[in-house]
Amino acid sequence: MRLMPWLHCLRGVVGRELLRFLHQRSRFLAALVRPLVWLFVFAAGFRMALGVAMTEPYQTYILYEVYIVPGLVGMIQLFNGMQSSLSMVYDREMGSMRVLLVSPFPRWYLLVCKLLASTLVSAVQVYVFLAIAWWYGIQAPPMGYLWVLPALLVTGFMVGALGLLLSTFVRQLENFAGVMNFVIFPMFFLSSALYPLWRLREGSHLVYQIAAFNPFTHAVEMIRFALYERVNPEAILISVAVTLVLLALAILGYNPSRGLMARKGGGD
Amino acid sequence: MSLLTPRGWFSASRHGLLGLTLGGLLALPLAAQAERIFVSNEKDNTISVIDGESLEVVETIPVGRRPRSMAFSSDGSELFVAVGDDESIDMIDLESLRVVRSQASGDDPEVIRVDPNRPYIYVSNEDDNIVSVLDYESRTLVTEIPVGVEPEGLGISPDGRWLVSTTETSNMAHIIDAERMEAVHHRLVGARPRHVEFTHDGREAWVSAEIAGTVSILDMQETFDVKHTIRFDVPGVPRETVQAVGVALTSDGRYAFVALGPSNRVAVVDQQTYEVLDTILVGQRVWHLALNGDESRLYTTNGVSGDVTVIEVDGLRATRSIPVGRFPWGVIVEP
Repeated sequence: MRLMPWLHCLRGVVGRELLRFLHQRSRFLAALVRPLVWLFVFAAGFRMALGVAMTEPYQTYILYEVYIVPGLVGMIQLFNGMQSSLSMVYDREMGSMRVLLVSPFPRWYLLVCKLLASTLVSAVQVYVFLAIAWWYGIQAPPMGYLWVLPALLVTGFMVGALGLLLSTFVRQLENFAGVMNFVIFPMFFLSSALYPLWRLREGSHLVYQIAAFNPFTHAVEMIRFALYERVNPEAILISVAVTLVLLALAILGYNPSRGLMARKGGGD
Repeated sequence: MSLLTPRGWFSASRHGLLGLTLGGLLALPLAAQAERIFVSNEKDNTISVIDGESLEVVETIPVGRRPRSMAFSSDGSELFVAVGDDESIDMIDLESLRVVRSQASGDDPEVIRVDPNRPYIYVSNEDDNIVSVLDYESRTLVTEIPVGVEPEGLGISPDGRWLVSTTETSNMAHIIDAERMEAVHHRLVGARPRHVEFTHDGREAWVSAEIAGTVSILDMQETFDVKHTIRFDVPGVPRETVQAVGVALTSDGRYAFVALGPSNRVAVVDQQTYEVLDTILVGQRVWHLALNGDESRLYTTNGVSGDVTVIEVDGLRATRSIPVGRFPWGVIVEP
């Protein structure tokens, strides 16, 4: 099997996604403004001026705005992953997905290329956000910005695969917005993105248990530890395992003969 | 066997341990760099010893009841600890890290300072309104110097000429002539003055005031008057929690660090312009401060959170907080 055609396919899918991202300036701005509003407005209001108690991986006391940054990185990836999958529904409706699916490559490979493309786009957004946060005074150790890249890839694949899986359930663009609301917000708010788990436990044991079970919590913790040059094996294992399961289900869902698409009548 | 002695060197070589010896010699500079940080835990009746390299507690020394202020003997062989509820000064041998003797100090000793020229310990006796002068070699009481009501902070000039005592009810700084052993000037400062620190050139004494949340700068050259008052403010933090306590001054005249109590901040002040440059978040109720030998690090005791925060002086960043005992009060770095 020759490698070049596969790479050519990968370049085509990734290039298309990056081009689309670059041409849609409003999307880029929206992706950036959303976490920045959280950082500058929400975190400022909840500043906890007396500091957030020491919690791993931080080695001393921090302000709330420092705590919230990894969660906002996860938020960028969550929104981007969902938006990318939303574009699959759009592509299906507009018929442009046919162009992709008539390629001779297996469908799993096309989906993985699509996920990689969306993950790279989200990584660009994340690094721009982290650069602004650095300028604002929220500075992780320099090597942490390199350490965080693998964590971003895993999280990007995880939320992207979840989006793909959801997109197999949705036939029309209008329905997808509802799914986003029912998925993004619970995933984000019921996680350690905004508050440490010990803080959630103080408020409600049920909320704490849901948050501890939420895979997004583990993705955020994986990002948080990596950003501070630390490894959280539990978070990595859970995130990778969930990513593989979601990816397998998404590939199954897009399988023309056995998947959910087939049951729905093919979609495209 | 010491590798520093000719006998030790010869013996090591003779036994074919040249490699080991060289390794030991190479390691010597590193060992010399390792500093020890001593922290008095007011509620645990212990002193925590932190290793300056690993930044971990390596030893906990039991002492008398309610240990607070600490000072090294002039020859650096002993650490003196004021143990308030035992009304004495415990003396810790710095090799064995054990209390080897104790000396009566008078009522409720809180802050102690050591004279750079004579074997004297100055003790503020809060309940007696005096500063006691103890001779730690002859183990006698030299004299008692009357000051205002509830003496607390003590500072001694680098040349040992002047002593400044603060009294927290009188709200005054009493300038004591260390030769005559009497207070010769009295100056009003902010409410509840807590701590005194001389600049390294001895020209100024910085006096913190807890309730006022200020630091008064005393001119120690001519007038002995307050020449400037620094006020502190931490955005988003209630004014009453901004309380000035411990002060540490770099020897190059660049920075002054001021512990701001329950606001959980250490203020960074320009020593020349008195401008507050920054505030750094540390643990809860930061109380006293100490710079290390090369002044690259500042250590803070955080009473309520029970830890010590390490601040990198160059970057003005808190990098680590180390759990110690309950209610850490004072901190001192081995010279």
